This record gives sequence, C-alpha cells and structure tokens, in this order.
Amino acid sequence: MKEWFAIIMGASLLVLMIPILYRIIVGPTGFDRILCANVIGTKTAVILVIIGTLFDRVDMFVDFAIAYALLNFVGAIVVSRYFNRTVPLQEMEKDKAKPRRRLKA
Amino acid sequence: MIDTLASAVLAEPVNSPGWFLVHAIGVSMGIVGLIFFLGTAVGVVRFPDFYTRMHAAGKGDTLSTMLMLTGFGLVMMEDFSANSWLLLLKILGIVLFIFITTPTSSHALMRAAFEDDEMPLGEEDLNKLRKRRAKSKSK
Amino acid sequence: MYPIVVFFLLLSNWIVFSGKFDAFHLGLGVVSSLFITWISQDFLFHDRSKTWEERMREAGAFLQYIPWLIVEIIKANLHVFKLAMTRTGYEEVAPRIVTIKTYLKTDFAKFVFANSITLTPGTITMLIRGDVFHVHTMSQFLEDDLMEGAIERKVAEVFEPDVLKRKKIKR
Repeated sequence: MKEWFAIIMGASLLVLMIPILYRIIVGPTGFDRILCANVIGTKTAVILVIIGTLFDRVDMFVDFAIAYALLNFVGAIVVSRYFNRTVPLQEMEKDKAKPRRRLKA
Repeated sequence: MIDTLASAVLAEPVNSPGWFLVHAIGVSMGIVGLIFFLGTAVGVVRFPDFYTRMHAAGKGDTLSTMLMLTGFGLVMMEDFSANSWLLLLKILGIVLFIFITTPTSSHALMRAAFEDDEMPLGEEDLNKLRKRRAKSKSK
Repeated sequence: MYPIVVFFLLLSNWIVFSGKFDAFHLGLGVVSSLFITWISQDFLFHDRSKTWEERMREAGAFLQYIPWLIVEIIKANLHVFKLAMTRTGYEEVAPRIVTIKTYLKTDFAKFVFANSITLTPGTITMLIRGDVFHVHTMSQFLEDDLMEGAIERKVAEVFEPDVLKRKKIKR
C-alpha cells in the first residue's frame, strides 16, 4: 500500500508541475521564472522523500531533501539580491520610509 | 543501547488497528496537500500579474509542502523504535525549515521586484483587462 | 550561560541529524559543536539583557500563537483555491497596496509579523522600511483584519507585552 501511495503521489506531483513549467517558459518577467523555479524546487524535496520510500532508504534521502531545501532557499535569496538595486544600510537609515515612487492607489 | 531501551519501553504489535488510523491520517494529509497544490498551479497560470501570482505561490506552496511531508512522515512510521522516531523528527525538521523560509524568500522576491520598477496592476489596468477579455469572448 | 545553551542546542541538532549513538559519532558531535560555539556563539540570542523567565514566557506564548497561525494558513489556502478555480472568485481580484505603520520595535518581532502577514488570507508583505510596512492585498474586504490590527496585537502579546500595556494606558 505504501508503495502505491508513493507512486500515485509522485506521478500526480509531476503532472501538476507542468503548468508551473509553462509559466517558467512563457513568463513575461524574470521574477515569474525564478518564483516558479522556487516552487518546483520546494516540491522536489517532497519528491526526494517519495523516491526514498520507493527505494526503502528514507533515512538517506531525507538528508538529500534537507540539503535541497536549503539550496533552494539560498538560490531564491541570491537571485533576488542580484536583481535588487541595493541601498546601503546607513543611507536607508537616513531616509527612512517613503518608497521611491508614489503608487497609484 | 538506546534503541533496545526504547523498543522495550514502547513495544507494541505492528498490526494493531492504531497503525491503520495513523496511516489513514497520513494518506489523507497527503491528498489534501495535493488538492491545495492543484490550486497553486492553476493560480500561477491564471492570475494576471506577478504580485498576484506571488499570492498563489507563497501561500499554497507552504501549506501543501508541509502537509505532504507530514503525511509521508506519518505513513513511514511502522514501529516505535528510536530510528523511526528520528526519521519523523528529521521530516518535521524539514517542515519547520520550509515553514520559516518560504514566506521569507517570497518576501525577498517581492521586494526585489518592487525595487526593480515592476509596477503592480492598479484598478484601471484590471478594468481594461476585463473589457478586453469580454470583447474577445463576444467575438 | 548563553554559550552553554547554544552548545546544547547545536549538539541536539547534531544528534537528530546524524542518528547514530556510538561513542565515535557523539565525540565528533561534541568537538564540532564546541568549535562552532567558540567561533559564532554571539549570533544566536541577540538581545542578552532579557531574563530567562522572560524568554520562557515568550516561548510558551509563541507555542500558543502557532495553532492560530496554522488555522489562518488553511483559510488563506482555501481563499486562493477559490480565487483560482471558480469564475466568480476570479472576478473578485482587485489588487491594491496598503501602507501601515507598526508599533513593534525589535527586529525579530517585525520578522514574525511580516511572515504572519504573508501567510494570512489575501495579504503579502512587500517592503519594510523601518516602521512602515507596504502590504499588497488581493481583494477588498480582506484588509479589515489587517487594518484593525488583529495580527499585530497577537504578535505584540507574544514579544512585547509592555508596549501593548503602555498603548492601552494612552487610550
């Protein structure tokens, strides 16, 4: 029963990843792409646990899942830092508040 | 040593009906997580701009991953030995990590997009979008 | 006192992730935890003027805060599911940006507040500049919870009860 649950779960996860993959390929901005890559990376941690169930070595694959979740988080932070026009901390303290532009409602 | 001690203290026959209940809870958690992930996937495709897509991804991703991993952790438990407790603890560790980091990374992406001059949709843009959609439908 | 606590936290982490209880692995864990404690013990527990009773109270209050947050997350997911899957829900989408000013002081309280905003239905934190939060909201009526400050009060009850007391006296 455990194996069938794992197989069905993994297959449906893979099928549900297709729309997100579509957004990665089509996505109008780069942020859409990195966001969807982040979602897929989080789900890959789940898929690694599923693979571990199928091979009966969950204790080993759980470690992979931890490392993958960690790398995924670091990747998202790094990319957002790369796109961000960073303001140094001192200057930010100086002119607190106020976004740079006024927004429409 | 700890293993034998724990199994002596917590020994229980494997095929007792309590295990069926635990596994059923695990399976149903996994299925609920899958349903929420379906909502996330459809939302990511359908929503009009980046910020609204971020709503779908940031929320649905957190809960569905947490539910699926916890469900698998419960399905994996078969006895009360120290090893299976450690496995459950590790999986709960991943769940805690994702619970903390997914909102953080979505906030970081949000801020990067906002400071990179990506304008969010306002009311007028949405109205235009709706009109265009209605027109294309009527044709 | 603080280095000892950090050491035991790291050691328990090591034991859970290694999963072996023989003398060799435990010895390695003790050595590496000592090393990490020696080089970086001042990263954890930033504000060291707090007493231990205060910290224990905070931890207990935080554990009571988590179930409420999980219920909110489930509500948020149902909301997103409704918006994404149904036609009437999709018509409701009306994104706006709301600016709120918070009275929370410490960084950790702000972090918890921002993450709670992100996880509650219909709202997501965009930008934090000092005290000012810019929040992106999905549809109109969901802002009320944010505007009357329910989340903020909950976070303040956990981390900064004295600020809340002072505010009540002012009112």
